[in-house]
Amino acid sequence: MPGDADIAIRARGLTKCFGALRAVDDVDLTVARRQVYGFLGPNGSGKSTSIRMLCGLLTPTSGEIEVLGLRIPEQAEELRRHIGYMTQQFSLFADLTLRENLEFLAAVQDMPRHQAVQRVDELLHEYHFDGRADQLAGTMSGGQKQRLALAGSVIHKPELLFLDEPTSAVDPESRRDFWEKLFELADAGTSILVSSHYMDEAERCHRLAILDHGRLVADGSPAELTGALDGRTLEVRAERPRQAKGVLVQVPGVLSAAQIGNSLRVLCDESGDCGARVEQAFADAGVGASVQPIAPSLEDVFVAATNRPVDQLTGEAR
Amino acid sequence: MSWRRLWAVVIKELRQLRRDHITLAMIVGIPVMQLILFGYAINLNLRHLPTAIADQALTSGSRQLVMDMLATGVIEPVTNAQSPQQLMDMLRRGEISVGVVIPQDFERRLATGDEVVQVLVDGSDTVVQSAAIQLAQMPLAYTPAEPRQSSVPLPAARISVVSFYNPQRVSAINIVPGLIGIILTMTMVMFTSVAIVRERERGNMELLIATPVSRAELMLGKVLPYGIIGLIQTSLILLLGMLLFEVPIRGSVLDVYCSAMLLILANLSMGLLISTRAQSQFQAMQMTFFVFLPSILLSGFMFPFDGMPRPAQWLAEILPLTHFLRLIRGIMLRGADLSDLWPEWLALVVFIALMMTLAIVRFRKSLD
Repeated sequence: MPGDADIAIRARGLTKCFGALRAVDDVDLTVARRQVYGFLGPNGSGKSTSIRMLCGLLTPTSGEIEVLGLRIPEQAEELRRHIGYMTQQFSLFADLTLRENLEFLAAVQDMPRHQAVQRVDELLHEYHFDGRADQLAGTMSGGQKQRLALAGSVIHKPELLFLDEPTSAVDPESRRDFWEKLFELADAGTSILVSSHYMDEAERCHRLAILDHGRLVADGSPAELTGALDGRTLEVRAERPRQAKGVLVQVPGVLSAAQIGNSLRVLCDESGDCGARVEQAFADAGVGASVQPIAPSLEDVFVAATNRPVDQLTGEAR
Repeated sequence: MSWRRLWAVVIKELRQLRRDHITLAMIVGIPVMQLILFGYAINLNLRHLPTAIADQALTSGSRQLVMDMLATGVIEPVTNAQSPQQLMDMLRRGEISVGVVIPQDFERRLATGDEVVQVLVDGSDTVVQSAAIQLAQMPLAYTPAEPRQSSVPLPAARISVVSFYNPQRVSAINIVPGLIGIILTMTMVMFTSVAIVRERERGNMELLIATPVSRAELMLGKVLPYGIIGLIQTSLILLLGMLLFEVPIRGSVLDVYCSAMLLILANLSMGLLISTRAQSQFQAMQMTFFVFLPSILLSGFMFPFDGMPRPAQWLAEILPLTHFLRLIRGIMLRGADLSDLWPEWLALVVFIALMMTLAIVRFRKSLD
């Protein structure tokens, strides 16, 4: 167990109800400093609500939160000087220029004027906005907006950064750039909590929590999470994959079978002898197919944790 | 309270306003449009008002006076009458707008300087009323046939105007000061309430409340720029009022601006309170009109305050516009100063303190 000085966020029994709906249900969470911690889950799984409670923007129905050693929500006002928060929707001012937006954010963080001017110039350069300082923020592309929002949320060099689905409306290349920036920040000592519904992004996090229906269903480093599924994932190559899939779903112990091109990716339960049963089933049905073990991925982790197919993760977000 | 943060909110607000061309146009457009609409409706030079004349004197002098009145073109005889009673009946039935009574003892009254002619006016129409007042100011060119030899100067003979149905005699000059109040009430409440709700709708509020900016800084930073705009509007109306309608400022200009500032703050704090409640810009607009309509109807701008039933008067006492109207009419028209009118500005100060406190208390720096 790491010491308190190394812990950025600690939450115990975190719960938020909206009427009868339990949006966040008894979540325990420990986030170490200087790490990129990922929140993975479909829309409506409680990611945003959790982040808002951790920032002190929402009052939890029950549970205890300690962020950077401060009790939340009681000491939320104090916390605001030490955190950056990037909202899911673009929340800078569309009718202000890039420079005006950043100057405003520097000023509300109480940064002295000359220091603010310097910092804004620095950020404009660092985030590749050279020569566009006087463009209105509303006229930028989705990827540029997200980059600007990130620049705005780190203007006061916060110790801890909350990012709520920062890349949900961004093209793949911008996403890659964005994550490069996140790792630069983490290397510089910033703790980062980022929510996402992209598997490839989740894989890059130091540690990961999977949320489903407001509950924390898995928690660990990507390697730990995938390692826990060792021996439970199979690859099936078949002439007629759809027919093979029809056989697979009948086999007891098969949790899911997803078609990827000409092959099928199969996730089995903990019983351990699933592979043998699958081969037996193909032989019985007279379907030509080869079965091989394959290294588990985060997608398998997600499916195993939520009992839901992966396409629900990204599908609902569109 | 950090001045740096407060100033940042003010500057941001002004920069956004500079790029919001529609709001900018409204800031200038609403006062100019309303002033011209109201002003010219009042200042209209009326011609051919249907009139009946009861000349009970029937002397050459009275006939001369009638001819002079007709020569102005303001009144046009449509029928004859014998008695004031008949004129009043015709007024009530709407057959005539003006009745002129020349009493039997016209010559004697003229000589002694008593009121020589009575003009009965349909006061339910303010425009007619002001036209009749113009008529009454007509100099009596006629001199009595036998001027009295006297070293004592004769008191000037007068025409008295009796205004029926509208004892307060709302006039052009009376309306322009009131118009400052109407325009400020309409624009200030709307601008602030919409400004904050818009921020909530666009998602900016979630960003703002996650920063160290305090509730008071946010609220005051929103209010101050619009306060300046309110003063600009006030100046615009005063200037146009003087240029177009020769509205006097008999009291001190500073007092006028102090009163305007009080009304502006009262309306801005009410706008803030609305913004803590409204979920959308549309709701904010609806609530603005919910406040604006009683203000216009009950404050004494449209209808005389004294003529309203008691409960309506109590309600009117809550509205800032009611107190402002008393202040501004007192200062501009009667030459009163603020110390004479202390209950009115005190009421406004109390209103501001109450609304501002409520708004800040109700505004939560959370999304609950």
